[in-house]
Amino acid sequence: MNRINLQHQVTGWLLLLPAMLLLLAFTHYPAVATLWHSFFSTPKGSRPASFVGIENYQVMIDDPVFWQSLWNNLYFSLGTIPLSIALAIAMALWVNGRIAGRGFLRLSYFTPTVLPMIAVANIWLFFYTPQYGLLEQITGFFGLPSHNWLGSPSTALGALILVAIWKEAGFFMIFYLAALQQMSPVLAEAAALEGASRWQYFWRVLFPLLMPTTLFVLINALINSFRLVDHIIVMTRGGPDNASSLLLYYIYQVGFSYWDSAYAAALTTVLLAVLGTTAFIKFRFLDRRTHYQ
Amino acid sequence: MSAIQLKNVSRQWGSHYAVNAASFSVREGAFAVLLGPSGCGKSTTLRLIAGLDQPTAGEILIADKDVTGLPSAQRNIAMVFQSYALFPHLSVAENILFGVKVRKEPAEHFPARLQRVAELLGLTQLLDRKPGQLSGGQQQRVALGRAIIAEKPVCLMDEPLSNLDAQLRHEMRREIRGLQQKLGITMVYVTHDQTEAMSMADQVVLLRDGRIEQDATPDELYARPATTFAARFIGTPPMNILRLADGPQGGVIAGGQGEAVCSQPGAGLELGVRPEHIHLAPSGGIQAKVHSSEYFGADTIVACSIGEQALSVRAPGKVVLAAGENISLAWEREAQHFFDAATGGRREDVI
Repeated sequence: MNRINLQHQVTGWLLLLPAMLLLLAFTHYPAVATLWHSFFSTPKGSRPASFVGIENYQVMIDDPVFWQSLWNNLYFSLGTIPLSIALAIAMALWVNGRIAGRGFLRLSYFTPTVLPMIAVANIWLFFYTPQYGLLEQITGFFGLPSHNWLGSPSTALGALILVAIWKEAGFFMIFYLAALQQMSPVLAEAAALEGASRWQYFWRVLFPLLMPTTLFVLINALINSFRLVDHIIVMTRGGPDNASSLLLYYIYQVGFSYWDSAYAAALTTVLLAVLGTTAFIKFRFLDRRTHYQ
Repeated sequence: MSAIQLKNVSRQWGSHYAVNAASFSVREGAFAVLLGPSGCGKSTTLRLIAGLDQPTAGEILIADKDVTGLPSAQRNIAMVFQSYALFPHLSVAENILFGVKVRKEPAEHFPARLQRVAELLGLTQLLDRKPGQLSGGQQQRVALGRAIIAEKPVCLMDEPLSNLDAQLRHEMRREIRGLQQKLGITMVYVTHDQTEAMSMADQVVLLRDGRIEQDATPDELYARPATTFAARFIGTPPMNILRLADGPQGGVIAGGQGEAVCSQPGAGLELGVRPEHIHLAPSGGIQAKVHSSEYFGADTIVACSIGEQALSVRAPGKVVLAAGENISLAWEREAQHFFDAATGGRREDVI
């Protein structure tokens, strides 16, 4: 009896082992190590790392680039998330309807997602290029003055936000489309019969029923906005004057350009804390108001 | 005045007619049942009345007003769907109030109206629940509540009881009928269940392949079926239909022995007799051979045959008969129905 029990336990642990090893090696250990290293100084040459307490965090408070990256990230999230979700819902409603070439439309909306990010960034780089870029050619055609979209601090972040929306909206649309196709058409008929306009039907029935999808998309969008680094590397390198530097890009700079790994670890800890808190708030508070079927 | 009138209404999909030139009218305050087997066009007819589908030909009048092209919301009707179509994220109260809220009716009357409907349907304790927390019967009541709070003169119901168990169905049948009479609503009710039609309706519209087979009261549908289809659709077991042949004194049952059942020549005619109108005669009558008998408590259904033609007999109480036994059957002349064998139509002229 005991031996069988033991065998079951061993089998269970063996089945868990591959996933657990991967999680430990690439998620849990790095997270804990990051936190640990953030309390030490960066080892340099003959000087090993020494315990410095919260010194790295104190430096951070006085670091204007950190604050700018954080604010930039906030603007970036606020700029991309609501717009890309609204666009995704609108597109999903459209391609869910009975229109000709529906399959082709769905595919084309999904294209930005399947394209490699570096390629996407390069295409947009061409759009934004001064003098001969696509945008310049169009504005030039109408006689508007030339503008360096990625080169001026006032428009660099906005230009990146536009690319992110273009890329995310199609991806999120797939989730909304799937959710819409689960919905019983009888609900729309019942609402119409009761005299609800399309607008009322959307706000009173459809949107609340799409809430689980919206919540899921919201979390993904937020993580994506804090995870964005490749577009910046290709398009602006955080410039000009850190105008388009986001938190992860700043961490990348600190870690791999300045090789200040301890400070980068402290920055990463902050990033993790931000993401962890938002996830907690969402699951804890928004989930309660969401109707799951 | 008729509350609902259909004039030659058709609904075509390609070359297939779901509803083919249907005409009938429902008088105000009547309970009309659209009855028929699956695929006969009864649900489509209801959807056409509701405005959820548009007819390809014909006119639909509600309260003597042509509504053929109007959207559902402007037809002054309420509807209960087969799947109830409750909004899963809204509470019972919100579901019931959905229509009056979106139509922006005066909000100060909502609590009183909601309470009246909830009391009428026994939902008072459940107003804060979500549809997912309710039983099938309770969900059904919420759907009813949503339909009656609007106080529309016409209510349409699409197989509302088909998702309930037999016990609850019986209960709801009486409740819906009671509610309809109490509120004086004109009801159009779709079902494939003849028991529902017979027990609830003032008027039964029997459909077959998109055409109206008979439009009559339940009494008449039972007593004077217009066709063999109507005759066999009502009653359990259905009416026996027997081919007739020419005999010396008139029509006789083909392949059977016994006296003539009508004075005319029998070829080309069919005789219909309901199982419950046939009794076992001690002698004489028409000879039949027993195949099997099923005992149901109150009565016994005896399956037998006259010559090659099968028929069933409903005998009261317990009747013990062995397979292969010969029995003689008798029935009253008034219980006989004659039909044209070619068209299936009723023949009143045969006696």
